[in-house]
Amino acid sequence: MQMRDVVSLVEADVLAAGAREDLLIDRAYAVDLLSDVLALTDERTTLITGNVSPQVIRVAEILNVIAVIFVRGKRPSPATVARAEQLGIPLMSTKKTMFETCGLLYGNGVRPCKNRPVESME
Amino acid sequence: MRFVHQIKPRDIEHGGIASAQIKRELREGGVSAHDARRAGIVAFEGEMNLIVYSVRGGTVEVDVYPDSIEIVVEDDGPGIGDIDLALTPGYSTAPDWATELGFGAGMGLPNMQRNSDGFEIHSHMGTGTRIRCRIERREDDPARTGHSA
Repeated sequence: MQMRDVVSLVEADVLAAGAREDLLIDRAYAVDLLSDVLALTDERTTLITGNVSPQVIRVAEILNVIAVIFVRGKRPSPATVARAEQLGIPLMSTKKTMFETCGLLYGNGVRPCKNRPVESME
Repeated sequence: MRFVHQIKPRDIEHGGIASAQIKRELREGGVSAHDARRAGIVAFEGEMNLIVYSVRGGTVEVDVYPDSIEIVVEDDGPGIGDIDLALTPGYSTAPDWATELGFGAGMGLPNMQRNSDGFEIHSHMGTGTRIRCRIERREDDPARTGHSA
């Protein structure tokens, strides 16, 4: 899906437009705990989260996350939005729950990113 | 190339800034996106550990060599009582304030270990902790790298 379709589907407000609205969103990961985000192995991932701490955008930068969707109506601080603009990482905010957001995206072809399960760690 | 960042204890507001900067510095220094990402994760987990757990803060030191990147995270206390337990995924002693902010999943040290090719941890109660992570450098695989920054 393109970002503009995601915005329409989950009725999101675009907080930081980032690079472009034709951005391809084909993989996603939904989590609130940042250390779980850091366990991701796939790089072209959109993050779905209810965590609006300043660390979210820093983690997104480190991991090469391509876009962030905040759920449950959460909105990060203006400083975080400004940083996302600088980095070119689109931020969206939807009033829908994480479960509903994931369901809608999955139903429209977005798939899970690869995540190495804890039990496979050496 | 060498970068040293001082991290203050309990400074959650600025947590992650040093690590994001380290990733940028590595990329600007010619390190591949893949390696810079791994180094960024290692640095972030180390930085957050210093913020959440250390008594007086600590340092994140990054040295870049032709074949590897070495990251050393060090503090002078309190120290880890049971290192094997601390390395167990899901085990955490994070205080409530850190957990409420989305930290304390018990994945910090395991994430550092899994993103390193060499991992050493030395810790003694009352003396402090020193974690040394070595990342072997490699070129990006264009098929896997979705982002160039």
